Amino acid sequence: MATVTEGRRAQAAPRRGLRHRWTPYLLIAPSVLLMIVFLLYPILSVFYYSLQHYNVTEPWNNGFAGLENYRTMLFEDPLFWRSLGFTAQWVGWEVILQLLFGLLLALIVNETFRWRGLARATVFAPWVVSGVLTTVLWTLLYSPTTGFLRFLSDLGIGSPGTAVLADPDTVFGAAVLAELWRGVPFFAILLLADLQTISKDLYEAASVDGAGRRRRFLHITLPHLKNAIILSTLLRAIWEFNNVDLLYTLTGGGPANATTTLPLYVAQQAVDSYEFGYGAALTTASFGLLLICSLVYLRLSRFGGDRA
Amino acid sequence: MTVDRAVHAPVQPPGQGSAPSGTRPPAPAPPRRRPRLPRWEIAVPLTLYLLFTLIPFYWMVLYAIRPAGTTGIVPWPLTLEHFDTVWNGIGFGAYFANSMKVGVAALVATCVVALSGGYALARFSFRGKRLFMVAMLGTQFIPGAMMLIPLFELFSMLNLTDSLWSLVIANTVFQLPLSLILLSGFVRNIPVELEEAAWVDGCSRIRAFFAVVLPMLRPGLIAVGSFAFIDSWNNFLFALMFISSQDKYTIPVGLSYTIGEFSVDFGALAAGGVVAAVPVVIVFAFIQRFLVQGMSAGAVKG
Repeated sequence: MATVTEGRRAQAAPRRGLRHRWTPYLLIAPSVLLMIVFLLYPILSVFYYSLQHYNVTEPWNNGFAGLENYRTMLFEDPLFWRSLGFTAQWVGWEVILQLLFGLLLALIVNETFRWRGLARATVFAPWVVSGVLTTVLWTLLYSPTTGFLRFLSDLGIGSPGTAVLADPDTVFGAAVLAELWRGVPFFAILLLADLQTISKDLYEAASVDGAGRRRRFLHITLPHLKNAIILSTLLRAIWEFNNVDLLYTLTGGGPANATTTLPLYVAQQAVDSYEFGYGAALTTASFGLLLICSLVYLRLSRFGGDRA
Repeated sequence: MTVDRAVHAPVQPPGQGSAPSGTRPPAPAPPRRRPRLPRWEIAVPLTLYLLFTLIPFYWMVLYAIRPAGTTGIVPWPLTLEHFDTVWNGIGFGAYFANSMKVGVAALVATCVVALSGGYALARFSFRGKRLFMVAMLGTQFIPGAMMLIPLFELFSMLNLTDSLWSLVIANTVFQLPLSLILLSGFVRNIPVELEEAAWVDGCSRIRAFFAVVLPMLRPGLIAVGSFAFIDSWNNFLFALMFISSQDKYTIPVGLSYTIGEFSVDFGALAAGGVVAAVPVVIVFAFIQRFLVQGMSAGAVKG
């Protein structure tokens, strides 16, 4: 039943007694409706589609498939297992590097210096850049004929004419670097916000007691940031797992499927080949993997408690 | 975040070493502050990182404004031919209008729905509230790519495929959980006594909301609206999947096809990138000072 949080408030507005019971439900109804129709229902329908042969371009083959999509995925599709392996590499490298650079950047822009506001705004700017725009920026840089790499090689740095996006040996590093450029500000912003909550007195007391800079960092800064680091790392891992835009446009999963993550594989099944049934089975597998992450996350954050 | 006066300083042209001047000796420090890092230990890594951030932007602008066929790294003479190509030739004028429509509609829808829901979450306790909060958090883990197939099916049933409304709906729904969490936090920070005072003075709950609460929610609405606009503007996969006629493409879809052209016209691609970047960079410049505060308020956005 809807009750106003404090009895005092009910007394202040006695006229509205009965209507109160419905007010919160009316207010929350649009959100709930939208989320049921456009989030919950579609998610549930994925499981149904994953049991079907379903391709929009081949309607004559459509029909109930049982577990066949799952069998294909697990036993007959090497790309599924390869994409899983690449997903782990991709997420691992991105999260570790972004955390490292983000932490360094947060520590630097937390110092006091002139033009600090402008410096912060500038280094945080890639945060608003979309995956597709990141692809545009780095395609121009990586161009073997007129890109920044060519400019460097004309100055004598690196070898001329390297097409980093076409070479299976370099494409991974090239994609990681582009995504790193876009992802570091997320960690830097979050960690900076947490750094600012550390009391200056702590550092002063530690200095008086003779603690050097490294010990102050290890014994004050790092323990304070621990929770923020755990949460941001988890969130980022999931976000990078789901990150399709950049790889779809920068490498297209190639060359030779060397950069196909599981969600990218799903997107290709959906957008390019209209294999909705098989794509739905891949989706279900991804959900299973993510569910584990979600449970860990919920455990750690203890979210949902009523703080009112 | 302390508001530096430097924020209002004129922006220097990118790529021309704005960093060295950004680290001029600071004013004499007041005594008894904590020991600082030596100046070079800030200046060197910061300069390097500023270069890493700015070179890609500079390189794109360079391509966009220098005549085709030239390769100088100082863009002179300037030309607008590439902008003419993408805006009129490739159709970015129409894509821009589509992205704007979707972005503004998603912004308005997100703010209105999240405002009413956020107020309910902050001011009432009701059955199912905890479940709802947990469910909202769960949605943070739903990947856009996973929703492509089921949402496409749903929009087909509703006859909404190849309509900009499908993008407005999808973007709004994906934006809702974060916006609800954010706005309910902002409402909680407004003392309930202010509302009560208005009720005692004879205001109805609704009038008190509009007269007392809404004006104080401005920062919250700016944050939620900006996030909604940026995410909608940047969204690629939904637009790629749901929209099929070229006159309804949004900017990211238009860009992706420009990348995929058989022989890439780098000048046009760069000019398209600039068109895609300008609106979000403006919004970012507007909200960046509140960003760190917003993050510490518990908002976590990818």
